[in-house]
Parts: sequence; C-alpha cells; structure tokens
Amino acid sequence: MSSVPMTAQTAGKGAARAAARRQGNGGFGSNRRPRWLTYTILGIVVLVSIAPLYYTLLLGSSDQTTISQHVIPQWLPDAIIFDRFRAVIDNGSFDFMRALSNSVIISVVTSLSVVLFSTLAGFSFAKLRFKGRRGLLVFVIATTAVPTQLGVIPLWIIVSDLGWQNQIQAVIVPALVSAFGVFWMTQYLESALPYELIEAARVDGASMIRTFWSVALPAARPAAAMLALFTFIQQWTNFFWPSIVLSQDNATLPVVVKLLQGSFHTDYSLVMAGVFLTTAPLIIVFILAGRQLVAGIMQGAVKG
Amino acid sequence: MTALTTAPTPPRVGPPEKRRRRVGFSQRLSRWDVKVSPYLYVSPFFIIFAITGLFPLLYTGWVSLHHWTLIGGDAGYIGLDNFTAVFQQSEFWLSLRNTFMIFVLSSVPQVIIAIVLAAILNQNIRAKTFWRMGVLIPYIVAPVAVGLIFGQLFADQYGVINTALHAIGLPKIGWHSNTFASWSAIATMVNFRWVGYNTLIFLAAMQAVPHDLYEAAVIDGAGRMRQFFSITLPQIRATIIFVVITSTIGGLQIFDEPRTFDVYGTGGPSHQWETTTMYLWNLGWGPQQNLGRAAAVAWLLFVVIVIFALVNYFVSSRISTSENRGGKPAKRRSTARKGATR
Repeated sequence: MSSVPMTAQTAGKGAARAAARRQGNGGFGSNRRPRWLTYTILGIVVLVSIAPLYYTLLLGSSDQTTISQHVIPQWLPDAIIFDRFRAVIDNGSFDFMRALSNSVIISVVTSLSVVLFSTLAGFSFAKLRFKGRRGLLVFVIATTAVPTQLGVIPLWIIVSDLGWQNQIQAVIVPALVSAFGVFWMTQYLESALPYELIEAARVDGASMIRTFWSVALPAARPAAAMLALFTFIQQWTNFFWPSIVLSQDNATLPVVVKLLQGSFHTDYSLVMAGVFLTTAPLIIVFILAGRQLVAGIMQGAVKG
Repeated sequence: MTALTTAPTPPRVGPPEKRRRRVGFSQRLSRWDVKVSPYLYVSPFFIIFAITGLFPLLYTGWVSLHHWTLIGGDAGYIGLDNFTAVFQQSEFWLSLRNTFMIFVLSSVPQVIIAIVLAAILNQNIRAKTFWRMGVLIPYIVAPVAVGLIFGQLFADQYGVINTALHAIGLPKIGWHSNTFASWSAIATMVNFRWVGYNTLIFLAAMQAVPHDLYEAAVIDGAGRMRQFFSITLPQIRATIIFVVITSTIGGLQIFDEPRTFDVYGTGGPSHQWETTTMYLWNLGWGPQQNLGRAAAVAWLLFVVIVIFALVNYFVSSRISTSENRGGKPAKRRSTARKGATR
C-alpha cells in the first residue's frame, strides 16, 4: 500500500477521484475509459462466439472432397450454399418444410400461451387478494427449480393413450405454461402496475377480466415481449422431448439436425449447410431483437 | 370485499357498505367476479402444470415399481426390482460418473469465465450493447446444433482443433476415444453456449453494487484486484449461488450435446460420454424398451439432482461467505438479488 502524501486530498468531495488518480488506476466503478487490452479480450471473445457458426457456413459452402482434404476449405462463404440448402430441403429421408412449419407453430403458439397465462396469473398474484396466495406463489417459485424433463416416461404414456404420438400437440401442450413465466410476470407487475390504475378501471365499472385486458396487459407489455422471446428461443432449440415423441415425417428443426447427421454422414458439407439453415431463423431474430434479449437477461432471466 | 392488496391504504373496490341492502343482480355478479377471478386467473397455470409437469413426475415413481414395456404397457407390480436391476448395471454407474465429470468440467470454468468477463464488461467501455450482444450469440444456437458443430471441430482425424495442435507440434488428441478428452469436448460445448448468458447475469449483479463501496475502497487505497475480491465478489454472492444452482439442475440432465457428439448418439463405443439422461432414453426408447427401468433411472437422477443442488447451495454459500471476511458489510444484498436473479 503506497503512503499518501500529506498534501493530497483525503476527505471531502472528490476524495475518491483524487485517490484514484494517485493510484494510477480507475477502479471498477470509475468513468475512465479502459485501455486496448479490454477491447482485445472482448474482441477475442466475440470472435470465439461467432467462429463456430461461421465455420459451419464455410463447411456448408464447400463439398465433401474439399473438406476431407482441407480443414478450412476457404475463408469466405460461397453462394453454392444455396444449392446445398435446396438439397437439404428436397431430401428424401425427412420432410424439412414440415419440420420448419412445425417449429414455427410450436414456438409461436407456446410463446403466446405462456405470455397470456403468465400475465393472467402474474396479475392475480401481484395485484389481487385471495386466500392461499402466498402459498401458491411459493409453490410456483419452487416449481421453477424442478427438473420436469424427468417426467418424460409418464408423459409418453399419457400421450400414447391419447393417440398423440408423432403429433405436434404432444409438444405444445406440456409447454403451454411456465412456472418461470408466472414468477417473472408477477415480479414485473408488482412494480409496473400502479393500484390507482386498477382502481380507476374498477370505479369505471370494468369487470375483473376487462381490467386485466385493458389495464394489466398493456402495462405488462415490455416484460411480456421478453418472456415471449425467451419462450420462442427455448422451444426453437428444444430437443429431448420432441425427439422422443415426433418422428422423421413430422419433426421439428432440432430433431431434423439429428436426422441430418444420420442421413448424410457421408457428406458433412450437406450436414453443416442444414445445421446453418436450422439456425438461420434465430440469427434473424437475434439481429432484430438481440438488444431486448440482452436487456431481458440482465433484468433477471433464468436459464431455459 | 376489496380485491386489491398490499397497497399502503387498501383501495376500495366495489359498492360502498351502506348500499348493500339493495343488492342487485349486477352487484352480486360483481362481488362474485372479485372473489372468483383471482383463482380463475391462476388456474390455467396450475391445471396444465399439474397434468403435464407434476403428475408425470410423481407417476414416474409408480411406473418404476412396475414391469412396464414400451409396447406391452403395464405388466404388473414388481417392487424394487427395476432399481436393483439398474444398480447392477455398470452402464448406470458409468453414466453417473460421466454426467458428474461433464458437469464439473463445464460449470466450474463457466462460472469463473463468466465472472471475469462480466468484470471486464462492467467498465466504462464503448459500444456496450455491441459487446453484450456479441457474447450472447452462442445462446441462439440449439444445443443439438452445437453438438454437431463441435463434433466436427473436435473430429479425431481432420478436426480444426487437432489440426491446430498438430501444426504447433503437439500430438493429436482422441476426442472421441479418450474418455477424459470426450468429457472436455462436451463440457466445452456447454461452456460455449452458456458463458455469455451467465456473463450478462453477473454483469447485471455487478451493476447493482453500490458505487460508494468502490469509492470508499479507493480512498482506503485498494487496487483493482483488491476491489474485485473484497467488494465485487461478496456483493454478487446471491447471484453466484443462483447461477451455480441453475447450472447444477440443467447440467446434470445434459442430453443434447453428448447425443450429437457422434453419429450413433449412444455415448461412445464403451459408454465414455453416455450421460444418465442418455441412459434413461436408451432404456426406454432404445433397444430395451423398458419404461419401468427408465422410470427408476429418472427417479434416481431426480434424487441425485436434489442432493447436488443442496450441496452446491451450501458449498457456494460457504465460499462466498468466507470471501466476505474482508469485513465490508454486504448491505443492499437484496438489491443485487432483485436486480440480477430471476
């Protein structure tokens, strides 16, 4: 620890800044711009984040003979990848377009449903009084930590009793609600929805559901959008249960990724083109809504 | 009669007391509305969760006590036979070992790297949103896709990583043959997908740390390292515990990445990277088609996860508490938690 010169400011306004100046470093909380080392590290991290996807693009732009001879076939992607996309879509062993539309339907329907039911329950937990409210809320919070994936065996038994095997409702129905979503909306509405607004609506003679629809739901919009985004990504990348209950003629994109591996393992360039194709929609979502995703996680998201 | 709660002065909703005598139909309807609606609104969650989440989990216990096959269905009560059969399978113990090792190799570096990255991002850098989005990119790649891509990067013969190792004069590593190497490769995939996500969670926690703590530390002559270990770490303690617990619950169920690590998806020729969830899948929907035994494995894994989550909770609380010995009071911990966890 360096000794402080007698003349230096050690107390009062600006003491911290003065001390920091003496230390010759900004500290974590300071406004000083960091040096090049910071940007170098961050640059490397972002490169590492992008590299696997970029590599997928490169392999997909090549062909099997080339990639068996050169680890990095070329440095830039090539338009030939569109032919490979075509080949993946037109393949004979599974229905790619069906999987794409299934993925879209499942992700959209579950996002809407999770948002609706979570906001409804969140409104009730945050703003209404009823017996058992605390207990039920604690139950919801505890539920967020339960590994429900381990219930697949009875889920499979139920689904086969209903004759839902290989049908997408078998994937949709278990994903219609989310304990995390309920907790998330409860927390948000607690602070974002003033009692005065509800009161005003009630005084104007609005029913409870009307109050929910025209007061709570609009107030919940920012958190609802983030919840929808998380649910969408979670369902788009979901593999375990769909891979059990769906088959190749009626799959989802993650199931297709596994099928690609099995069907074309002699042509890895085609496999990688397919992998990129299944990821591309989320890349677009990320470009459009990545900012909100970052904000959502930082506001306190949970792993999906 | 009032439906609203916890406000300093409970706002009045519904008709005033004195007009109660002339209760009309619409008023009775309104009172009923106020009473029943809260339950109605939470019920979709509880009903659907009870059917598709809670019931299956509990019913797993029932199935595990029966001889139950994929095609034949329930063929009668057999007590704990499924459990004893599973315990006698070396594959089960191997799967637990693999799951545990992949979990350790992924969660420990993941948390450490994420905290360091968060500290780097928690400076006054330019283009904040750009860097934050940059570290989050891997999150949008599906775990199955990550498995396939990294399966290629870690290919034994012509993979990028082995080629690079060879180029700098190191021996190639048998990522798909060596047991420890295969764990490391799979752990790398998990780390790839989750480091950025956890970085943002830690970053949010760090931003909630009161600024005056750092100012006080600077006045006391603390350097950046000292500030990091004596203020930042103790202050984000609740978030560290939270991330450790969630990665325990998720990590011990790992399936997608090891399943796509090679073409066969069975966890390697001698089960080197077969995880417990893969073993469960294999028992139920693989060649054995034995749902009863798969259910036994599911229950055992459930117990393991609960134990690990509790152990990790106590361990990470202890570690963070001892890091706190520097004496800075961890005031406003609740703020950090609210800002960052869940």
